[in-house]
Amino acid sequence: MATLAKELNDKVNGPVSAALLAGGIGSAALGLITLAYEINDKSAFAKSMAWNKGVGGLSGKSGWAIIIFFVSWLILHFVWKDKDTNFSRISTIAIVLLFVGLLGTFPPFWDLFR
Amino acid sequence: MVMNSRELWTVIHGMVFGFIFLLGFSGALYMIYSMKPELLTADGVKKTASGAKVYLWLLAASVWGAVITGAWIVYPWYRAVPPEGTIDLTRFPKFLLLASEDTAKWHEFGMEWKEHVAFLAPIAATVVAFVVTYYGPLLAKKVGERRAVMIFFIVAFIATAIAGMFGAFITKSAAVR
Repeated sequence: MATLAKELNDKVNGPVSAALLAGGIGSAALGLITLAYEINDKSAFAKSMAWNKGVGGLSGKSGWAIIIFFVSWLILHFVWKDKDTNFSRISTIAIVLLFVGLLGTFPPFWDLFR
Repeated sequence: MVMNSRELWTVIHGMVFGFIFLLGFSGALYMIYSMKPELLTADGVKKTASGAKVYLWLLAASVWGAVITGAWIVYPWYRAVPPEGTIDLTRFPKFLLLASEDTAKWHEFGMEWKEHVAFLAPIAATVVAFVVTYYGPLLAKKVGERRAVMIFFIVAFIATAIAGMFGAFITKSAAVR
């Protein structure tokens, strides 16, 4: 454990917070975009999600979620890479956002708004 | 035992990529869980961390493979619109399912849930692989970080399990042929 203890102070938690929060943001984006689409799949917003005819609206919904995940990760990593953050608060927010994603992709939840 | 190309891609999507993640999940989760000073020696933590990094990136790549092949290769075949007047819908799985009240929910609930929730898995799995790679053996002393990573990984598994389960059931009723 002496070797481990020596390495303990060498790494800030900023990059980890960035990754977790970006994961939460990407997940929530998927959930919210999906919910918005399913509330009215004839809307201009829904039609704009059909990036590919074969895949349909899923192409834009998933595409945006993945873009938002990686872009937010890039930004947050750049901002926090050399910092120690309030990991407890950030990870809690990230996990809540992850569950927003789970909820937003659950079909019976869409029915509450349709 | 001959499979056509569509059936082969469906197998690659679910029974190769999806399966690798579902089968590999519990071992990887235990590796993360076991990275504790009270369970492993310093050498043990280092070896576990080293193995976990490779393992988790392979699992993340596998689940990305599953969603990409699923959404961009198999799904267009699944949702293809039959020409007007088509009676035999076996080559149009979505419309085959919707044609009967007995099977419509497999699409309206099963596929609709599966196609969306699945994308949470590669996002969460990638985050997990990164965090374990970044900290390496240090993760043994990071209780909060380890817990957060396990939660993310479990959510990735839940998402994959939902997608895999409904994929299997839908294939039983209306396979992509």
